[in-house]
Amino acid sequence: MTQAIANKVDYLQAFEPFKQQRSAIDSASLQSLRQRAAQRFQELGLPNRRLEAWKYTDVSLLARSSFERAVLSSVSPAAIQPFVYDGCHQLVFVNGYWAPELSRVETLPAGCILGSLAEALQEHPDLVEPYLGKGASFEDHAFTALNTAFLEDGAFLYLLPGTVIEKPIHLLFISTAKDQATVSYPRNLLVAKAHSQATIIESYVGLEGSYFTCPVTEIVADENAVIDHYKIQREQLKAFHLATMQVQLGRNSNFSSLSIALGGALARTDLHANLDAEGIDCTLNGLYLVKDDQRVDHHIHVDHRKPHGTSHQLFKGLLDGKSQAVFSGKVYVHPKAQKTDAQQSNRNLLLSDDALVHTNPQLEIFADDVKCSHGATVGQLDKEAIFYLRSRGLDEVAARRLLTYGFASDVLEQIKISVVRDHLEQLLSTWLPA
Amino acid sequence: MLEIKNLHATVDDREILKGISLTINPGEVHAIMGPNGSGKSTLAGVLSGRDLYAVTEGEVLYEGKNLLEMPPEERAQEGLLLSFQYPVEIPGVSNIYFLKAALNAKRKHHGEPEMDAMDFLLLVKDKIKKVNLDEAMLHRSVNEGFSGGEKKRNEVFHLSVLEPKLAILDETDSGLDIDALRVVADNINALRDGKRSFLVITHYQRLLEYIVPDYVHVLVDGRIVRSGGKELALELEQTGYKFEQEAARA
Repeated sequence: MTQAIANKVDYLQAFEPFKQQRSAIDSASLQSLRQRAAQRFQELGLPNRRLEAWKYTDVSLLARSSFERAVLSSVSPAAIQPFVYDGCHQLVFVNGYWAPELSRVETLPAGCILGSLAEALQEHPDLVEPYLGKGASFEDHAFTALNTAFLEDGAFLYLLPGTVIEKPIHLLFISTAKDQATVSYPRNLLVAKAHSQATIIESYVGLEGSYFTCPVTEIVADENAVIDHYKIQREQLKAFHLATMQVQLGRNSNFSSLSIALGGALARTDLHANLDAEGIDCTLNGLYLVKDDQRVDHHIHVDHRKPHGTSHQLFKGLLDGKSQAVFSGKVYVHPKAQKTDAQQSNRNLLLSDDALVHTNPQLEIFADDVKCSHGATVGQLDKEAIFYLRSRGLDEVAARRLLTYGFASDVLEQIKISVVRDHLEQLLSTWLPA
Repeated sequence: MLEIKNLHATVDDREILKGISLTINPGEVHAIMGPNGSGKSTLAGVLSGRDLYAVTEGEVLYEGKNLLEMPPEERAQEGLLLSFQYPVEIPGVSNIYFLKAALNAKRKHHGEPEMDAMDFLLLVKDKIKKVNLDEAMLHRSVNEGFSGGEKKRNEVFHLSVLEPKLAILDETDSGLDIDALRVVADNINALRDGKRSFLVITHYQRLLEYIVPDYVHVLVDGRIVRSGGKELALELEQTGYKFEQEAARA
């Protein structure tokens, strides 16, 4: 217990100077939001395993580490080259701060604002403030509270009604911790007004060292908006990544998300989709690949609040070495949400005897005319299938690799952007045990 | 090509094969018939390298080499292929990708370069047409969602691409209607070139009307109790295995 208190002080030690520094710059409402979040974090402290949502996520390693607030540092274009996707609008953030010299935004349609949140807070407070902090609640979430307390920069996208962005938008978050472990708090706000459409890729990578990324992304998709979202988490293996994503969906909107996670010392994504209108179509997929001592968690919460909503979840995991993964998925169907169609599936393949997965798919249904299903599997490679491949001439390693690849490939096949799909197929192929 | 000498094999310490001897020369088609539980599939399993079985006595020479020492993939690369009684579904791996990997593994084993992608595509498109399977099945996951007949035809399709020296057909006729049986048999017959050998394992004489064997062996209780020409199959069709089973018990 004393440990947790010590850490609260650690994190918030940076808050007072930060507050002073921003007091002349930021609006009163933003300062008040930060103050309330800092206050709430003070009360909550780091989560412990007695909390149901954190039962299987052990943050003690994080609690034992100390992090300095990261600052913007210079990164060469060559250093980011391995993480770049051709054919995308590219916004690069270093340690949570926008790096315009590395960014590359091509001509955008009128009716679209794309840039840094810091800039938008100054230039378009009327567009930012109605949404900022409204979706991602920090009442019960320490890391969302922490992010909000230190909210300063990140990505901002605003699509006026009917605006369509053809090319994907790639938000690339780079951490550059060197000798001293650092923490960054990227904050992203993506607002798609009625009938607008965009594809967004959120990548989190690290160049070296031990660090902590604590991002929050809020997405709003209004009536008939179409948003495809990809999150690619490939932090350094010693890194901590504790992310929140909150999605607010409007009538007949269509939202799809794919979370690719390669783990870290601890990598967790909490994804909350709020289907608070009729006729929403929401697809949440994921693939996690972990080995050695890595940890990766996904906590998904889908709230069906109105009728005729559809939500489909498919999360697949490959675990090798002594890695551990958690999948916790809750689908909550409120009494008014008749004709809901909710499916949820989590499938895991254990490639070693020491890997461990906790899977917990849950349905809570309070409407009577719904179609809901959920399921989870944890298995190993099928011996008969290995023999089948070997009996056609593939050696055992090749057979195991092919079967493992096959297990994960259907998730990757759903990626609509070919440059991202090719890259991730390559990544998977390199990841597979040789 | 294949010499089986006094082969004994067990499953969980239970002896299934009790001394089988059989020689297959290049170009020959041998049929092994027998009632359920006689050891037919065990023989196919031992020859293809399935690790469920323990060989307790005897030896198997394939082209003069000790077959039982080779891992399954080496047997396949050396040209011994098994067509499965129950082909396995491989989700997420396309038929064409798998075949290409298998063919290139064989070529690599023989010191040959990988096959050109376009040549390979032309080859498989030609071969899949011959087994009367839709070309789209090249891009579907191996056997996933295939009907029983489609799975068997897919096995024969694999054989026709991988061109074994010795093909073991384990109950390739089971579950086939007469039209599918003809297609399968026609394709097997098309592979008969005077050098390639076949070991056809079946419960029924019906298949042997279409794939006419040079020799028929009757396997009962882990032993070959009779051998003869193709006419033996017809005889068995009329008398059943009863006589042989009684003889084995005596």
